[in-house]
Amino acid sequence: MPVHQVTLSGIVAKTAGLTALELEGNNIRQLLKSLEAACPDLGPLIAKGVAVSIDGTLYRDDWFQPIPEGAEVFVIPRLAGG
Amino acid sequence: MAGNQEFDADRAQDFRVVGTRPARPDGMDKVTGKARFGADMNMPGQLIGKILRSPHPHARIKSIDASEALAMPGVKAVVTAEDFNADAKDRDVLTNIMARDKALYEGHAVAAVAATSRIKAQQALKRIKVNYEILPHVTDVDAAMQPDAPILHDDMFTQGLDEKPAKPSNINARHEFGHGDVEKGFAQADIVIERDFKTAATHQGYIEPHACVANVGADGMSELWVCTQGHFHVRSQCASLLGMDVSRLRVTASEIGGGFGGKTTVFIEPVALALSRKAGRPVKLVMTREEVFKASGPTASSSMRVKIGVKKDGTITAGEASLNYQGGAFPGAPADFGAMSAFACYDLENVKAVAFDVVTNRPKGAAYRAPGAPMSVFAVESVVDELAKEIGMDPFDLRLKNAARDGSKSSYGPKFGKIGLVACLEAAKAHPHYAAPLGPNQGRGVASGFWFNFGGETCSNLNVNEDGTITLAVGTPDIGGSRASMCIMVAEELEVPYERVRAIVADTSALGFNDTTEGSRVTFSSGMALIKAARKAKEEMCKRAAMMWDIPAEAVYWAEGAAHPSGPNAGDFEPMTIEEIAGSAAKTGGPIAGHHEYNADGAGVSFGTHIVDTEVDPETGYVKILRYTVVQDAGKAIHPDYVEGQFQGGAVQGIGWALNEEYIYGEDGRLQNATFLDYRLPVASDLPMIDTVIVEVPNPGHPYGVRGVGETGIVPPLAALANSVSAAAGVRLTDLPMSPPKVLKAIGATKLAAE
Amino acid sequence: MSGIHVSTTINGDQIDYVCEPEETMLDVLRDRLGMTGAKEGCSTGDCGACSITVDGRLTCSCLMLGAEAGGHEIGTVEGVAQGNELHPVQQKILDHAALQCGVCTPGIVVAAKALLEKNPDPTETEVRYWLAGNLCRCTGYDKIIRAVMDAAQELRSA
Repeated sequence: MPVHQVTLSGIVAKTAGLTALELEGNNIRQLLKSLEAACPDLGPLIAKGVAVSIDGTLYRDDWFQPIPEGAEVFVIPRLAGG
Repeated sequence: MAGNQEFDADRAQDFRVVGTRPARPDGMDKVTGKARFGADMNMPGQLIGKILRSPHPHARIKSIDASEALAMPGVKAVVTAEDFNADAKDRDVLTNIMARDKALYEGHAVAAVAATSRIKAQQALKRIKVNYEILPHVTDVDAAMQPDAPILHDDMFTQGLDEKPAKPSNINARHEFGHGDVEKGFAQADIVIERDFKTAATHQGYIEPHACVANVGADGMSELWVCTQGHFHVRSQCASLLGMDVSRLRVTASEIGGGFGGKTTVFIEPVALALSRKAGRPVKLVMTREEVFKASGPTASSSMRVKIGVKKDGTITAGEASLNYQGGAFPGAPADFGAMSAFACYDLENVKAVAFDVVTNRPKGAAYRAPGAPMSVFAVESVVDELAKEIGMDPFDLRLKNAARDGSKSSYGPKFGKIGLVACLEAAKAHPHYAAPLGPNQGRGVASGFWFNFGGETCSNLNVNEDGTITLAVGTPDIGGSRASMCIMVAEELEVPYERVRAIVADTSALGFNDTTEGSRVTFSSGMALIKAARKAKEEMCKRAAMMWDIPAEAVYWAEGAAHPSGPNAGDFEPMTIEEIAGSAAKTGGPIAGHHEYNADGAGVSFGTHIVDTEVDPETGYVKILRYTVVQDAGKAIHPDYVEGQFQGGAVQGIGWALNEEYIYGEDGRLQNATFLDYRLPVASDLPMIDTVIVEVPNPGHPYGVRGVGETGIVPPLAALANSVSAAAGVRLTDLPMSPPKVLKAIGATKLAAE
Repeated sequence: MSGIHVSTTINGDQIDYVCEPEETMLDVLRDRLGMTGAKEGCSTGDCGACSITVDGRLTCSCLMLGAEAGGHEIGTVEGVAQGNELHPVQQKILDHAALQCGVCTPGIVVAAKALLEKNPDPTETEVRYWLAGNLCRCTGYDKIIRAVMDAAQELRSA
């Protein structure tokens, strides 16, 4: 599985206690599983919903979105709108 | 670049229907009074429901005695918190729709009654005895953050701190975004300006109060008619709050009289269902305007500090924001979105935004158009304006020099894809409005704004009818003309006249789950689903024609609303029209349909820039708006009239927020102005025409390039107005709304200082 | 409680109804007569969504008692179009896309028609002040004002 440099943002970073880490995964689901394994405190937040940005495109719920090698990956709070 | 590359640039060169301005399918019923909104429905044998609300901003509910009310003739049911599912998945919503052990704000529902008439229901409310123990309250955001403030929730320990706090507080969470080193950045600056700002809580102000009619059968089969932005979400919430199976509840979205985010959650709907379940009859529940103000979901008030440093050449070296948002009595003030949006218009090396989500004894906030962004952007864009003046630079040039561009690292982390901020700034700078002369006591303000836009779960159906016309079913309530946009996109795709297509908003039993009409997502998400559904139908129609011609399906293509053989080798056939194919569908395999279900991503962020001229009356402090121009990136305007309408409506809501609108609380914690007379929305005579410029930088994530347009328009006006009024009054205004007394006081203070 | 019997004319039709003394004209129209074109946006006369005419005069039906209608000519949005033929104000609202959600539209139609019957050639400012009692939260009024000005012109040239 490819390894990605992942940046955590906002409350995701504070809850995890770090802002960047290396995580492996072919897709968002695998990435989030690796993240939860690395930072068990994030479990409830991940279950509630987070957003993942891959090369600037935001995904709210899309487990099987592939993550290309070398992609810019952020895990940020889940967003909503009016 | 990742993301779904959907945009077809070649096709976009050749649109025939997209970009035209046909009449909307629901228009005739709306100008004649026939359209049925939330309160326009009645069910046979219905009762009328009314809700008893706490007069106290904070009180423990010691007991509720409804026996006298229940004994009154015509009273059929009373419900309290006990009548809802205590294990509902959203505990905050459960507690908000009906207070459990504490009333947390004035207007918090405590009990409800269903009776044979409204008058009887109102009389019954007076006979329900509630024993309250009054508790100290707090309604101001800064006061609620003090260590000695009355605590709303004993189990609220601030999240997002390095260590879990020892004591509960009213601060639900701390959010932080940014990158670089702001201290280093400020050290590099020639000028640093730091200011405090405040904005009042405002209400979405939809003209139609919340309304619903519920019918729960003895067998559990239930229906709900309701004005909502998201009937699937209403179904999901209500099923959970009442402990029902989702399949038992069919929710129909009525025509909706405005929402702006305020109709994305439930308030009275579960109460009407609970009353109906208990009474065994349909129950109609309609909020009064006073209830809308006191017990629906206004947006946050804020208290903010912003600091920005700039070099003399206009390079912004650092930006820092500290934002306190109160979102009412439950967690969820859009502080995080405020922090993420604050500096989104700028490409900064050093940026930091910290935001606190605070609870107070006010109604639980709901989303309001670009939730959280207008406040923080007001503060940032005000300081940017001041910096431009300090260094003697044109405010557009300063913004252009530091603007976020394609590939810029956003202030909230990820890099931007293709964006239209620079295009908006350049179009605004070149607009004749910007060069027009100003008179005495007049000022001009400019500001930009940003919103994320979303996609989300979407399921849309397309049916080719037996005469070749098309019916569309979407699950996203139409608030601003989206049915017309849906018809346009399908007419474009199938190459048939717009008039041959009709779109309806289907009820929850007819489609799979659809996310709510929110996040500026409908034309993007439901539209893309229908484009894909139309492509499936086209493929099927080509196949049917191929079968009739007895040639391979691959040898048939679709054009001009008909199937064509691809060339002389395929066969010499006259094109077969959609009418012919549909007319013979029964014999060629049955009905022809297309559908598409997905979770839409790639919505594409949106930027806009506004210019406003105002005149300040130095005698009264009254602000008159002289001229207003909105420039915004729409990606691609499907129906330009309704895109302009979104720009204009967003701008005017922002004008109200900047100049007039505010929730005013007394020392007693009660709302002082819960009427449209005292909470003043902009009226026609307050305003000039609102000019619009539609910029089109296509969104790569949509086949036609669409970006959401609904929300961004409310983000720039607060700052644009503040910058304009400050220029006209000769003093910086930092406290919204800029009502005449505040403007007058600010002018007076500078005069005094000058003397 | 014994109701009050009222005999009135609505959109040219002779109508009889019984109402309670505290019922507003808006309640009567919506709840007793099934005429839901007029909307209740505030019930305090501030939003104009319930606009009707009483003997040709523009009125908020939420500020009038149902019992007061006796002997008067009431006009509602349901009576503005003649059968399937829209009034120019209605047609121009459609042509200019001067509605989004449409809940204020019936009130705007009634108010604008009343204006043009009184003043066939209003200035933009006159239209804005006349419609200042009709709140619209969606449009920012721009397209509504244009539609009413355009309808005025069409009525004048008719």
